[in-house]
Order: sequence, then C-alpha cells, then structure tokens
Amino acid sequence: MTAPAIELKGISKAFGPVQANKDISISVQPGTIHGIIGENGAGKSTLMSILYGFYKADAGEIFIKGQKTPIPDSQAAISAGIGMVFQHFKLVENFTVLENIILGAEDGAMLNTSLGNARRELKHLADEYGLNVDPDAVIENLSVGHQQRVEILKALYRKAEILILDEPTGVLTPAEADQLFRILDRLREEGKTIILITHKLREIMEYTDTVSVMRRGQMTATVKTKETSPEELAELMVGRKVLLRVDKKPAEPGVTILDVQGLRVVDDAGVERVKGIDLNVRAGEIVGIAGVAGNGQSELLEVLGGYAEGTGTILVNGEPIPLSGHGADGQARRATGVSHVPEDRQREGLIMEFSAWENTVFGYHLEPEIQNGVLMDNKAIYEDAEAKMERFDVRPPDPKLAAKNFSGGNQQKIVLAREIERNPDLLLIGQPTRGVDIGAIEFIHQQIVNLRDQGKAILLVSVELDEIMSLSDRIAVMFDGHIMGERDPALTNEKELGLLMAGITDTSAVAGNGGNDTTEQEVHADG
Amino acid sequence: MDFLTLLQVLDTSVRLATPLLLACLAGLYSERSGVVDIGLEGKMLAAAFFAAAFAYYSGNAWVGLLAGIGASIILAVIHGLASVTFRGNQLISGVAINFLAAGMTVLAAQSWFRQGGRTPPLEGAARFNPIELPFAIGPTDAEAAGRPLSQLIAEAGPLQQFYSELISGHSILVYLALLTVPFTWWLLFRTRFGLRLRAVGENPAAVDTAGVSVVWLRYAAVLICGVLCGVAGAYLSSALQAGFVKDMTAGRGFIALAALIFAKWRPVYALWACLLFGLFQALELRPDIIENVSGIKVQVQLLGALPYILTVVILAGFVGKAIPPRASGEPYVKER
Repeated sequence: MTAPAIELKGISKAFGPVQANKDISISVQPGTIHGIIGENGAGKSTLMSILYGFYKADAGEIFIKGQKTPIPDSQAAISAGIGMVFQHFKLVENFTVLENIILGAEDGAMLNTSLGNARRELKHLADEYGLNVDPDAVIENLSVGHQQRVEILKALYRKAEILILDEPTGVLTPAEADQLFRILDRLREEGKTIILITHKLREIMEYTDTVSVMRRGQMTATVKTKETSPEELAELMVGRKVLLRVDKKPAEPGVTILDVQGLRVVDDAGVERVKGIDLNVRAGEIVGIAGVAGNGQSELLEVLGGYAEGTGTILVNGEPIPLSGHGADGQARRATGVSHVPEDRQREGLIMEFSAWENTVFGYHLEPEIQNGVLMDNKAIYEDAEAKMERFDVRPPDPKLAAKNFSGGNQQKIVLAREIERNPDLLLIGQPTRGVDIGAIEFIHQQIVNLRDQGKAILLVSVELDEIMSLSDRIAVMFDGHIMGERDPALTNEKELGLLMAGITDTSAVAGNGGNDTTEQEVHADG
Repeated sequence: MDFLTLLQVLDTSVRLATPLLLACLAGLYSERSGVVDIGLEGKMLAAAFFAAAFAYYSGNAWVGLLAGIGASIILAVIHGLASVTFRGNQLISGVAINFLAAGMTVLAAQSWFRQGGRTPPLEGAARFNPIELPFAIGPTDAEAAGRPLSQLIAEAGPLQQFYSELISGHSILVYLALLTVPFTWWLLFRTRFGLRLRAVGENPAAVDTAGVSVVWLRYAAVLICGVLCGVAGAYLSSALQAGFVKDMTAGRGFIALAALIFAKWRPVYALWACLLFGLFQALELRPDIIENVSGIKVQVQLLGALPYILTVVILAGFVGKAIPPRASGEPYVKER
C-alpha cells in the first residue's frame, strides 16, 4: 500500500470554550475522492481550514505523502500541494479570471510576463481537464459554476495534488453539479486526491470512494462508501435515527388565497427580474418555486412581502393589494394576513446584535397587546418569547442571548416562531433550511407541513431541489423571470425539473444524458 | 481676461493642487488596500510643522522634508496599528489623529519658538525654491536684463509665456507630485505589488487564501500613504508658504478625500480632480476675475465649498457611479 496522500493525527482545535475539533485522525489514499459529512458546526470546515493553514491546530500532526509537514499558513499548504475551493469563493470580483489565477502566484514583479505565462498554462489546463473559462472575463460577469471553475483552476495552477472542496454544489444547478463531478472524476483519474465536504448524502453516496462522518468536533466513523447507506450515515451524523423523508398526508386544497397575475418586477439597476408571471396558492397547500438562485424568485418574494415594488395584480383572499407606493410595505402585508420568512434570515429576518426576545417581536411591535402607543410591554414580550422558544425547541432556550450567538437552525426557528404563531393566512418562506443542520431541518419541515394541515397557504422558495420535491404539493419552476411550467411532485423527477431550471421546456426526453449538452449552452448564454 | 491672466490663474492652480494631489494619492494607496484614512489632514499638518521646524534649525529644506515624512509616518503607523493590527474603527482612529496633530503642532510650535504657535519664517535654502527650466524666462533673466520679470514675460510670445509662466518656475516638489501620478498608475496596474494591493482592498480573503499576508500589504499601503502625506505637508510649509502657521492645512486633507471619490480611486482621474479643485482655490484668491468674465459677483465662500458640493453630486450618483474598493473600511477577520 502506498503512503496516504494526507494523514492527520490527533488534530485538536478550540475557539475559546468551544472545542471545534477533538483529537481527529484521518487518512486519505491518493487518487480517491474522500467525503467528509457532518452537520453544520460539526467541525468539518475547521478541520479543512487547519489543513489549508487558515487556522493553526492546538495539537496534532499533519503528514503529506508520508512526510511530516507543518502547515503554519496558506503559503505552506500551497507549497505542500494542497488547494482549496471554499464554499464562499475567494475571488476578487472585479478582476479578470487571469488576474485572479495569478494572484499570489505571480512569476515576478512585473505583471505582463506573469499574465502571459498564466494564459498559456491556463489553455493547457483547460485542454487537459475540460475546464474551459474565458481568461479575460471579469469574475462578476461569470455564472457561479464558472466562478467555481476559476477556483479549481487557481488550485491546479499552483500545482495542487490534493484538492479540498467545501460544499461545492450548494450554489449549482443539477446540470452544473454533474459537470463538476465529471471534472472531479477526471482529476481523480489523473491521480489527484479530492476531499469533498458536503452535507448532501446523495453526493456522498454517488461520488465518493470513502466517507468520514463528523459529529460535534469528533470523527465518528470512516467507512467505504459502498459498504454504507444514507440512513446509516444520517444516524452517524446526528447521533439518532433521522427521518430523511418528509412525513405528510396528501394536500386538501381549499379556496385560493394568493392570486398573482402578470407580475413584473424591475430591480434598482433597471433590469427586469420578474417578467410577467401568473401563480396561485390555495389554502391547505404548499406551492414550491424551484430554480437556480437569481432567476427572479427572490424578487417575487420581496414584492409579495412588501419590500420591493412591482407592477401587475396580486390578490390576497380575493382583495387586490398595492404593489407600490402607500400600503406596499411589510406592515400592511402583515395586516392582510401575509407572513414572511425571508431568504436571508441574518440580514432580513433578524437583527443579529439584538437578543432573541427582541427579535421575536419585530414587525409585530405595533400590536396593541404589547404596547400602549408610547411604551412597550417588555415583560409580556419576554414571557411570550420564552414560551415560543420552548414550543419551537430553540436551543439554548435563553431569550437574552443575542441572535448571532444561535446556530443557523436555531436562528431560523426564532424567525419561524415569530411568523407562524401570528396565524397568517399565507406564509411566504424563502430558503427555510439554508445553513440548517439535518436535525433542525426535520423539525422545520414538520412545522411547515403542520401549518399547511391547519389550512394555511404556503409559498415556498428554495434552491434545494430535494427540499422542493419533498415538501411541495405543486412545483413551479422559475427561469430568467418566467415560470417555465408547473409540475406535480409525484409525477416529475429531478432531471425534468433540472431542464426547466435551465430554461428548457421541451422535457419529453428527460431520460439519458442527451439534455446535458444543451444545458451547458444555456448556462454559457446566461453567464 | 487676457491670456497671461489665464496663465497666472492656472499657475496658481497647479501650486494649490499639488498638496491636494499628494494627499489624494496618499489616500488612494490607503483606500485601495482597504484602509480608510480620514487622517490625511492630521498627517499633513504634523508634517508641515516638523518640516518647517527642522528646515528652520538646519537651514536645509531637504532635512525638513525628511522630518516631515518621519512625523507623518509615525502617525500612519499609529493608524495602521489601530486599524490593521487591532482591527479598530478606522474612522475613529483617523479623527483621533486629526485632533492629535491639530493640538500637538501648535503646542510644540509655541514651546519651541514662542511665536504664537508658528515657526519663524523660512528663508533661502530652508525653502524649496522655484526651479527655472531650461530656455524659460525666469528671475535670472530678469536680473541680467535689469527689468522686472513680469515685463519680460509680458513681452514674450504666447508659447514662451505658457512655458515660462505655467510649466517652469515651480518647486521640485510640484514636479515630483506630478510624476507620482504615472508612477502610481504603473505600480497599481503593471506590477505584482499593485495587483495584490488592489486585491486586498477588494477581497482580503482572496489574498489571504492565496498565501499572501493581508497585514503586510495593508501596512505597506499605510506607510506609502504616510510618505506622501509627509511630502504634502512639507510642501505646504516650506514651498507653498514660508513657515508653519496654526491649522495651515485648512481642510486640504478632506478636499483630497473628496477628490479621491471624484476620481473614482484612479490615479489619472485624481490628477484632473485635484487640478480642478486647485483651480477653485486659485479663483477663491482672485474673485475679481470671475466678476470680470461673467459679470456676476460670486461669493468666495461658494468657491471654497464647490469641491464638497461636487462630491455630494458625485456621491448621489448624478455623474456616474463612484464605487469604492469593496473591502475599504473593514478590518480583515479570518473566517471559514
């Protein structure tokens, strides 16, 4: 047996009182794809950041190809042949592809020679691995999938033998994700070692050779992928049995609550983001909007929620609501029975510096039972917050703690508690489980289904196709500001939705690989 | 207005634009690296005082210049410590430096020279004197002819007038400041250092993960900023004027920041912005010219306020967007 590409021995790292990594040992064979799976906060990213020299371990040793290699900084990691593609890309947005690639790896003090050499090398890499990107394109004009390629090229340009990818598919369309995995396969064939960090069990099962599971800073198991199952992995991650499927009865839709007719939205830059869509949601059903981020879903939610302006007609309970000017604000929307769990909970759903109990009342702070026109009844709010946090199983159940000190899942529970408990007729909910761990996902999904069963209308926007498919009673797919079609989740599949998400309405030939090339072109055109 | 008057106004504009330009480029380096510096004013003021004091003691303007740069660098390092090493609030640090410089210079001047918070006037080699370029009509020609310089220039042809009045006859620091513009452009856009400097102001995480030190780059920028502010301050007290007086920067550090926004953080635009603002200041000294040309009596205070008014217009987005470097003002904290 050859020496492992990477071997970590007894790595520990603490941030203050929090033990992020506890005595972790792991060994990765060269030429394999090794998955690391675990919930948010399990310590996966910390471990990889240590390997990349971003953090310094408190204890432990790193061996690269059998050689003990201290990695005090990223420079050392790069020299040791380690490349990392972060979840949030580390690219300079207004630089060109070429400039980003040479940054930190220039050939000399003058740029011209570096750029010339990099251009040749880039062409070589593109041919070898099928990583085509225009070297002179500016990053902010590239699609997310192409930006990710630039990150991979950056690592390869630095002669990386070991490539770490942190949640690489979170922002990709299914087609883009397929392409990514083809590239990774190619890299593996060339003898590169790949570490894939993800929380998606499907990716682990489909693409990795071995998988390590992390829980609360510890490595709980390392197994061959062929010898395990999603259920087993989920249980190892959470520490108890987890329901991977949403448990729900068939919907019993009632009257139409939300009726959108010909809605158009133009953003601040003057670009039309929603291009005349029709949509309705009935009482007692969940309508899911699928689509790659940036195809108008966010703008749709913003107009419905009352903090962006649009044109067209929107009826709630049969009554038209104003889409601009007076009455087109969150306060007015809440008064008509519309609640909103915004996509970006940290910017729009919560005030991170404020405590949990204060956060439980935002938007409803004018309700007569908690204020008399001048003074707030803080005691009542606090007690109400305590009760809500208990009902929604927010941990730790301390209303005085600032919102920023809760995990993503618990922050989301605070927002949900606030919005759901006001008993809305219509709940708008964007990315309900983004950055939320498996245990909390199960709880949040159950709350949404319960609300539906109480006869409420729910409009769900999510970029997680799995989530859309398991929660929705009806799926509408958005692409480039249009609704490409509606599907019954029982009668569709991921391939078909993936094509619609890429703007292809001819989904008659969804089987096989035929659709993928077309998708590639669409993505190009979009970028 | 005749041609010669126009030249005289432009000549004054160049002289007045020079400290603005140096300070503006100083701010450009700093902000391009992600460190906002509203302490340009304070650094210039401290440099102006120390340059004048040391030039007076040594009788050598260059010694004064070095002292001015030294003083400015000390304040720049304080700003660097506060905003890079300790990740403090950059605005507060800048304000503190301005206050420190305003008080300290007057205090030191009074204690050293006892002339009411000013230095004694600088003379001869203690000042940066005008340089006479080859073939230009200058004071030596006037001496040789035994006639006043203004008469000689008035009699010359328009090209010679242009050359002698506007191009020639500035101190070395003016030419140095003008050369700093192409140099800055070259450094920012043609060298490895420039690429990294621009990157660290846009996305420090990209620089960090590429294995380059964010802290070192930002300190380098802050130090360059200190050097340029030092030159600007020394120019004020030992070239534009002859000695230090209380608060002699008179808001130039803030006008330079306005020019930086006006120039959209680009070196060549910075030159034009500073020349424009220099022209306003020159016209402030000669309100009669505007009255003669336009027939309207303009309040000089309005001219003084114009740079700020224009900057507000720019910031409001009327003349295209001015987008600052994305990471400017934000301390860099590692995150996963």
